This record gives sequence, C-alpha cells and structure tokens, in this order.
Amino acid sequence: MQLTGSLFANMSAVYGNALSTFPDYPAEIRAPHGTVSGVSGFQVHIGSGDIHTPGDYCDLLVAMNPAALKANARWCKRSAMILFDTDAFDEEGLSRAGFGTDNPFTELKVEDRTLIAAPITKLTEESLKDSGMDMKAIHKCKNMFTLGMACFIYDRPLEYIFQYLESKFAKKHPEMIAPNRKVLTDGFNYAANIQAIPNTYHIAPAPLEKGTYRNITGNQAVAWGLLAASEKSGLPLFCGSYPITPATGILEELAIHKSLGAKTLQAEDEIAGICTAIGAAFAGDLAVTTTSGPGLSLKSEALGLAVMTELPLVVVDVQRAGPSTGIPTKTEQTDLDQALYGRNGECPIPVVAAHSPAHCFDAAFQAAKIALEHMTPVMLLSEGFLGNGSEPWRIPSMADYPEIRPPFARSVEGERFRPFERDPETLVRPWAIPGQKGFEHRIGGLEKNHAGVLSSDPANHELMVDERLQKVLKIADFIPELSVDGPSEGPLLVVGWGGTYGHILSAVRTARAEGKAVAMAHFDYIFPVPRNTGEVLSRFSKVLVCELNSGQFARYLQGLFPGLDIVRCNKVQGQPFLVNELVDAINKAL
Amino acid sequence: MATLSFKDFKSDQEVRWCPGCGDHAVLAALQRALPKVSQALAYEKERYVVVSGIGCSSRLPYYMDTYGFHGIHGRATAISTGIKVANPTLTVWQACGDGDALAIGGNHFIHAIRRNIDINVILFNNRIYGLTKGQYSPTSKFGAITKTSPYGTVEHPFNPGSLVLGAKGTFFARSLDVELKLNEEIMTAAALHDGCSVMEMLTNCVIFNDGAHKEISDPAVRADRTIVLRHGEKMIFGRNRDKGLVLDGLGLRVVTIGQDGVTEDDILTHDAHCQAMGIHMLLAEMRYPDFPVALGVIRDVRDVTYDDGVRDQVRDVMLKSKIHSVDELLHSGSTWEVE
Repeated sequence: MQLTGSLFANMSAVYGNALSTFPDYPAEIRAPHGTVSGVSGFQVHIGSGDIHTPGDYCDLLVAMNPAALKANARWCKRSAMILFDTDAFDEEGLSRAGFGTDNPFTELKVEDRTLIAAPITKLTEESLKDSGMDMKAIHKCKNMFTLGMACFIYDRPLEYIFQYLESKFAKKHPEMIAPNRKVLTDGFNYAANIQAIPNTYHIAPAPLEKGTYRNITGNQAVAWGLLAASEKSGLPLFCGSYPITPATGILEELAIHKSLGAKTLQAEDEIAGICTAIGAAFAGDLAVTTTSGPGLSLKSEALGLAVMTELPLVVVDVQRAGPSTGIPTKTEQTDLDQALYGRNGECPIPVVAAHSPAHCFDAAFQAAKIALEHMTPVMLLSEGFLGNGSEPWRIPSMADYPEIRPPFARSVEGERFRPFERDPETLVRPWAIPGQKGFEHRIGGLEKNHAGVLSSDPANHELMVDERLQKVLKIADFIPELSVDGPSEGPLLVVGWGGTYGHILSAVRTARAEGKAVAMAHFDYIFPVPRNTGEVLSRFSKVLVCELNSGQFARYLQGLFPGLDIVRCNKVQGQPFLVNELVDAINKAL
Repeated sequence: MATLSFKDFKSDQEVRWCPGCGDHAVLAALQRALPKVSQALAYEKERYVVVSGIGCSSRLPYYMDTYGFHGIHGRATAISTGIKVANPTLTVWQACGDGDALAIGGNHFIHAIRRNIDINVILFNNRIYGLTKGQYSPTSKFGAITKTSPYGTVEHPFNPGSLVLGAKGTFFARSLDVELKLNEEIMTAAALHDGCSVMEMLTNCVIFNDGAHKEISDPAVRADRTIVLRHGEKMIFGRNRDKGLVLDGLGLRVVTIGQDGVTEDDILTHDAHCQAMGIHMLLAEMRYPDFPVALGVIRDVRDVTYDDGVRDQVRDVMLKSKIHSVDELLHSGSTWEVE
C-alpha cells in the first residue's frame, strides 16, 4: 500500500499538482493481517492550489479489507467514495476486524457514502491467470489493480506508472513488467466500464513557480542538505549512526552517495554513532549522527563531550511518539525538552527545526553551517511526519547557497596553539586539525582554560560556562529574523515550530478567510530564538502556541518572555494536527 | 625529516599519576617507541593522535605532546574509530583501562577488533578501578576483596587476550609495566601492524591493588613464571632457560629440557603470523601456576582493515558514479518541468 500510495503521489506531482503525503503504518514489519492495528495506510492530498498538509478528511477511501475500513471510516467526508474489495469483506475478514454484523458500513455509520464494491481479488486473479505467476504473486498485484481504478477516478494517465515499472523491473525482473502493466490497465478499464462511479475528477495543475521539480521526503532532504553543506564547506561528510525508526532513511540515503565523498559508519550502538562522529569532527570532517528520541537519550553524555570540546557536529533527531519505545512509527514533537536540556551540567546546544519535508534540506544545511562556523554541536529536529512524508520541491541551484567557512586555526610564529582562545566577536574557538604541523593540542571532557590546559579553578570554570553559552546566544546574529504571516499586530498570533507548519498555515488562512484578524509566526530556529522574537510576540495581545506535545515550546517561550499571555493547543496522539482542530483552537482563543 | 626523540613526545604537563604507579613506565615506553616508529615509517609528529576514555590511565594523552583527545568513559574506541575513518593517514594510539575498555566500553572494544580498524590500543590492566578508589573490575580475580566486594567477588574475570582473539583480533600482545624494553618492542610491532592492535599492559596500582601481578612480576620469580614469545623463536623460558612448551593432545604442556629425553628440538617455535587461532588462544589463556604467563606479541596476522575498506569503497563509487556534485544529485532520478 505504501508503494501504491507513493506511485499515485509521484504521478500527481509529475502532472503538476500541489501535494502532500503522509504514510501511516504499523510498527510491525508483518503486522497481523486483517486486524485494525495492522492497517498500513497512505494518505495523499492533491490539489490545484495551496496544499500544506496531507489533509484532514478524504474524498476517496480505498479499503483493501474490513480492518482498513474500520481504521479510517471516520475520516470520510459526507461526499466521499469508499472503494473496497468485496472479496476481502467476507465473514472471516469482518470477524478479524471485529465487526459484529455483516454490514460494516452501517455499523460504522458510513452507509450513505458512495460505496464502490469491486471484487478486486477475483478480478486480479482473472487478469493474470495466463501470466504464469503463482497465486501468491498474483495477489500482490491487487494494489496495482486498485491503483488503476484510482487513476480512472482522478483522470490520471497511466504512462507515468508504465515508465516506473520499466525502470524498476528492467534489470532484475523484466518478466514483471508485462503483468503489472496488464493488471493496472485492467483496473483502469474496469472502473471505466462498471458505471458505479458517479463522478470522476480532474485536478488541474497548480500554479507553481517555474522551474524543475522533484518529489522529496524529509529524510532524503536531510541527507541531501548535509551533502550540500559538505560541498559548500569543502569538508567530507561523515555519518556515524545506528538504525532507528523513523530516522534510518537518512543513514540509508547517505550510504548511497559515496560518490560525493560521504562516509557512513553503521555503528554498534547509538553511543558509538555519536562518538565516531565526534572523532571524525576532531579529525576535520563534517560530522553527523542521526537518530530518534530513544537514541538521543543514549547520546546525551557524548553531546556534553561535543559541547565541552567545542567541535562541530550535527545531531538529527527524527522525533517519534515516546516516552521509551513509545509508538515508533507515529509522529510527535515531544523531544524538544530533551534537545534543549537533556544533558548534565550547563550544556547549551543550538536547536534548529525543519518545518516541511522539503524544508529539511535547508534546515540540515543551516544546522551544518552553524555547527561548522560556530564550533558547536547543533540539534536538528525533524519528525516522523516529515521524515517519511513527501512533497514536490522546486530544485534549488547550489550557486544560491552560501559558502561555509569554518574558523580554521592560523599559525602564529613562535606561539603555542591555544585551542580555546576565542574570537572576541563570536566567541568561537579556532579549529586545528590533526596532521597540521605545530598545532599539537589536547582536548577532552575535562574543563580547561583558554590555553587548553586542565583547570579546576572556580573562576575559570564559571568563565568558560558563560562563554560557551554566550557563544551559542550570539548565533542569533547570524540567523534570519522571525517573520509574520498576516497582520503585523492584533489580538492573536498563532505560533508553532517544526512539522506543524502546514497545518497551522492552513488553519490561520482559513480563519482569516472567515474575517478573523489572526497572524502566524513559525520558529525554524528554537535556540537561540531570532533576535526580534520578543518584539514580534509583544505586538499581539495573545499568543496561541500549537504543538504535538504537552506544551514544551509554550513553557520555553513563557520562560524567555514571562509577560506574554500564552494559550496552548496541544495534541499527543502520535498523529499530526487536523486543520479543523487548529481552527477551533483559534476561534476559542479569540 | 628531522629525527624525533622521546623528548619530542613529552608534553609540558606535570604527570599526576601516583608515585610507583605502573602507568609511568608504560608512558615512558610509548615515548621511546614513537621515535622509532617515526623513523621506520617516516611519520612526522603531527600525524599522531592519542585518544583515551576515562580512568587513571586515560590521562595519558595530556602527557604526550601530540594531538590528543580525552574522551568519555568507555568510548575511546569509538572516538578512535571516527578519527581513523575520517583521516586514515593519521596514526591513532589509544590508552584505556580494564574498566574503561572491558566494562562500560566492552561493546566498542569488541566491534573495533571485529572491524579490524587500524588503531593501536594500549589496555592498562591493573584489575581494579583506581580513579574511583578501589572497586573490582571485569578483570579482578574471582573472590577479589575490594570496596564493592568486601566478602570477595562472585564473578569470573575476563581474560582480555581471549576476548580479543574471540573477536577475531589480528594483533594481540601482553606485557608487564616494568618490561620497558619489551614494551618498546611490542609498541613498535603494533605500529607496524596494519589493523587493530591490542596491547595488554599488566600494570600495578600501588594504592588500591598493590602487587596486582606480583606473583608473576616479582623479579625473583618472573623468569620462571612468564614466557616472552618472539616470532620464529623457541618457546623457552625459566631463569636457566631450560623450560619449554610442547603440544600435548589438545593442549600445551610445560617440559624441562634435558629431562625425560626432551631436547630443544621438541620445543614449539612461536608463529605469531599463523592465521589459525588455536595455538594463539592456548598461549593467551596460559595462567600461573599451571603455566607461565605469555608475554610478547602472541598474534600478528594480516587481514583487510576497516579504514582501507571505507576509503576504497568511496573511491570506487566515485569512479563509477555519474553524480559528482550536489547539483547533479538534485537533478538525478525523476524530475519534471513547470513552465
């Protein structure tokens, strides 16, 4: 189902629609078939205008079995079509999904929707009976038959999928091309012939900015943004990571791109992931480690080491539902506190957040630029929703990205190198890389003075603690100011950070269309916050902070700006916001 | 290039180990070995990086006038690995203790050996936690009475040699802190070995485990209770050089030359370069009083190294790939034009 969904999305993107996707799948690789907890779903939202979210409610629900219907029926609009495989809606299927009667639609109160009953299993078997494939392989093609039907409903030409099949199977399984083409076409023709489909739709291309586009997922964009930073800094990329859902895609993506000099080390554990990266940073690479919440917990001590040694390091946390193992495949924004505070001692680390799948590219580039130019570990927060989600992206030109200039140490004749002698403006220390003659020095987790000599002197410790903090705070001079969407002052500013961007933007624009004076500000830079943050927030009587946790960013803002009237909209269900929920919260706050 | 001497490797930092600590001698051996290594391999001083974890012995990088990294407890091996992969032209030395490498850092230790990353690990084994003032370690003898085992430990110790060989180590050597000459020799051999070299240094802790290895290190008994192995030489030991090792069934046996018809020809010859691990394992596991404890380079075999593998793979893919810039990457695969 994940493949079918992404094929439909890619085809729509190539056609020119604006779109957003949200794969929602169980944690188990082979979850119990036919049960509600085992449903693997893929949500696609396409349109001719602004699309910022995967959508709240659907126009077409494809239910391959009763469990899929049960898990998703509540998301069907009044006008929705429900396309389902009658062969799977037998007694056994209904009982596995926990239905008590033989009419699941009445049971779920969706019997008034447009129901398109198609014997998809049997039709697929019939379509491929002469293909020479065994029954198991034939049944795997059911999704392709269904995709053919969906293509008819949304007036999509099949050529894109034909091309995809060619490129996927040409080398290893050329025998798979013809049957897949056939079953897809049969599905399309079947939908055209049955006359059970009351409406078909044509979604015209969106008025997009001119240029070359591609689809990109958040995890892919993080990997590519890091490669871009590697190119712009002239430093090879090193990624030390341990596989963890939903961050693994970044390591997998980087492992492909050795032609750009990327070295990936699949470490023996999360701690080795970050410690190999710290070693690589010391040795002069652009060092990265990628993880999700539980892995970040394991890396805490080493993060302190990176702060103490003042080495550049990008730590990517693709957040998932916690605490502990939580719900690994579901999205959340619950690691903000951990990113900001989860270490021993006074241990400041800049925090940057990505706000959409494509924005992961810029966010990763900026995180790496800050790390390399300010000699500090940087936390990049992504989310499962962004990492696995995709959107069309207008491909930028690397010529438009700035150079990255790390503060390499310059030799001073006759003087011993002082590793913590800071730049007076930025408080950044010089970076001397092993192999450079005359710069031999020692760094480590113990407190040192500016000369790099061990020191437990009380005044020196306090000075270094303060300088490490001031160094990070000064990064605010190098990041963009906070911008406001909508009126620049008024009764309500809606604030968010990270992957809620699209939902909040849609909600705020909906509210404004209804005549409400609502503005929006979204934080890509969380620590330090942009310089004008206090000034922006103070122009509004009330600030509504929306986030997928119990109020971590709201508490943080309240701590920074105690005078603000902050109200909160929180959701901790492992799922993104619905635009409707946010519109309600806005109306309540006004 | 200028010839380096041991003074070039001494930093200006005051050495703060306890007087009489075995670590002093190991540091001295390293400072004497590195000039020889530099001579043999034409290495400049700036190529050396000394890494450590946490513990008394992990202070070592501060005393070496090289690039140095004092890490966190147990993680030195991971940090060393990152350094070596990032820049394989650096020569990485690591100091770690028995607690650091075998307890909290056990995982990184075995995986570095498994990968055969080209680093040189000096494992200071004093069978005690010194910096935390006297708790038992993973190498403390069964029944050892320490602050956290007032009635004796009830756990079996690791033999580091068995662990290294079990993880398919390509280089393992063992020595006593006081064997300055032998230690120089071992360290030089480790530097010349391409792969993960582990040197177990049996060190004394004068404060918390004084006499840690006394039963074999005492000058009065050392020659009888240890055997120094050298590749190609007979496995002969004893103050009179009259004892030797022979194979006996599936194990080893100590014999006396001149007794029961045993001649020098019957004694085994050490082959450190033998790929098969069996005899190396038997030698590494020899324990007093049944056997002399084996010192010297026990195993030194060739195998592909991890850092070479990473470097070569990057180079090979670069040669084959059509993508050589981020712009090319961004335009690779499926794209479309919006007019």
